[in-house]
Amino acid sequence: MLKTELEQMAKLIRRDILEMVHEAGTGHPGGSLSAVELVTALYFAEMNVDPKNPTWADRDRFILSKGHACPVSYAALARKGFFPLEELKTLRKLNSILQGHPDMKKTPGVDMTSGSLGQGLSVGFGMALGAKVTGKAFRVYVLLGDGELQEGSIWESAMAAAKYKLNNLVAIVDCNGLQVDGRCSDVMELEPLADKWRAFNWAVRQIDGHDFDQILAALAWARKQGGPVVILAQTVKGKGVSFMEDAVQWHGLAPNKEELEKALAEIG
Amino acid sequence: MMGNQRAAFGEVLIEIGHENPDVVVINTDIATSTCANGFAAVFPERSFNVGVAEQNAVTAAAGLSTVGLIPIVSTYAVFATMRACEQVRTSVCYPNLNVKIVASHGGLQVGADGPTHQGIEDMSLMRSLPNMTVIHPSDDVSVKKAVRSMVAMKGPVYLRVCRNDLPTLWDEKDEFVLGKGRVWRESPDDQVTIIAVGFMLSRALQAARELERDGIPARVVEIHTLKPLDEELILACARDTKGIVTAEDHNIIGGLGSAVAEVLAEAGLGTRLVRVGIRDVFAESGPFEELMDKYGLGVADIIAAVKKLV
Repeated sequence: MLKTELEQMAKLIRRDILEMVHEAGTGHPGGSLSAVELVTALYFAEMNVDPKNPTWADRDRFILSKGHACPVSYAALARKGFFPLEELKTLRKLNSILQGHPDMKKTPGVDMTSGSLGQGLSVGFGMALGAKVTGKAFRVYVLLGDGELQEGSIWESAMAAAKYKLNNLVAIVDCNGLQVDGRCSDVMELEPLADKWRAFNWAVRQIDGHDFDQILAALAWARKQGGPVVILAQTVKGKGVSFMEDAVQWHGLAPNKEELEKALAEIG
Repeated sequence: MMGNQRAAFGEVLIEIGHENPDVVVINTDIATSTCANGFAAVFPERSFNVGVAEQNAVTAAAGLSTVGLIPIVSTYAVFATMRACEQVRTSVCYPNLNVKIVASHGGLQVGADGPTHQGIEDMSLMRSLPNMTVIHPSDDVSVKKAVRSMVAMKGPVYLRVCRNDLPTLWDEKDEFVLGKGRVWRESPDDQVTIIAVGFMLSRALQAARELERDGIPARVVEIHTLKPLDEELILACARDTKGIVTAEDHNIIGGLGSAVAEVLAEAGLGTRLVRVGIRDVFAESGPFEELMDKYGLGVADIIAAVKKLV
């Protein structure tokens, strides 16, 4: 997909996120909007997946470790054709295939259940190791939140992935700088973050997480490394909606009708 | 004859490794203690040591299972079920993945290491997780059978084994059926049923022999699968005998005694029940047999419990 097409897709996915969270009346728009370009690039330019065969054994895997941002995944999966767009209206409702946090047994295209922070990288480590054991060529992409890196289990898996030199594992950190209680730097300092990953023997690349050229270049670079890589993507929480941008209160708040219309008008 | 459950696990693991190329093992630094090191030596390409990191071990196993492998996580009961409890719940049981956890060092049977290493809450915790199967065999021979059954079934399994040597009770020819209890002794005159799990089965059998000398015939039933529970067998015992005694090397809350109490209460038969188990305390270091006697898990405790019911 061309860059202009990716940008158009990102716009549609942003609209989907806002509409589905508004319809649900509950959900997490901020961290979904910050990850739009990252998830769009993965599903529409990077990963080898087949919407007609969601459990295809050779597919690339995506784990949304920051599971609360599932509106962005659900929108991407629907736009990719894993399920009808109308399903997005059922988010968080009874009998929906779209749970409040990702459920691999309910949603076609969801490769791993998530929502409890700090576990996705371990799952990705296991999947990437599994690819090596079974001689498969698929790649594993794990999207992490920056606040999530405060979980100790992240660093257990970081050690292990480096030990086994898993060059089929890509971690992407959505560095939007905010978590529920405020700025990550105030709640629990993460810096120097790149140095932390380097110290765990990971290859590190820092990019603008809203710039498709930089995202695609980083993903191409990742394929050439001899071990696990982490892409630290600088992002803006609530990106694309002026009143949601870098505003901690939009972590887990649904827009009302008026706010939705204002937001959609801004996105265009 | 005595046997060792850890050693039996290590042996059957290698046998299964030869038979089933999908079986992989995750170790947490203590493979030499859990006896999974034999598998690692024979199948280095299918054995992974993630170090002292149980949360990663369990969650990585979840990832491995999604590509069709059968991961077996090998650690101690305390760490598998408490350090990594939420990982077991959310990344294994919730998505119902084919992850097997074999935990050594269950109960006071651990002995001298003391309360930090005596997993006395593990079965309760694992039993409360949806989709989880919970097994605790009584000897080395049945460990091998249980591990084979565990690998043959789909879905999460928690299998507890003991640290120290214990009497061999099962015969190689005996059939082990997951979810089905085993009647070890019975007669038409049985007054009480003793239902035991794990190492306590050998103590229950000894208690029954002594009770027989006192003129009190007791039925002895083994429940090696705490979940799914053989409710049919428990209710049959409730109807046939005056009361039931449960015996477990586990805290009195949430384990075998609780499971049996739930079945009996809901059946409304008015069956009397006495539970032998650790009385909701942390124990201490000591030689395991004396330690178990001190904390209410002795043959004398089982006999006293039976006598309360006759």
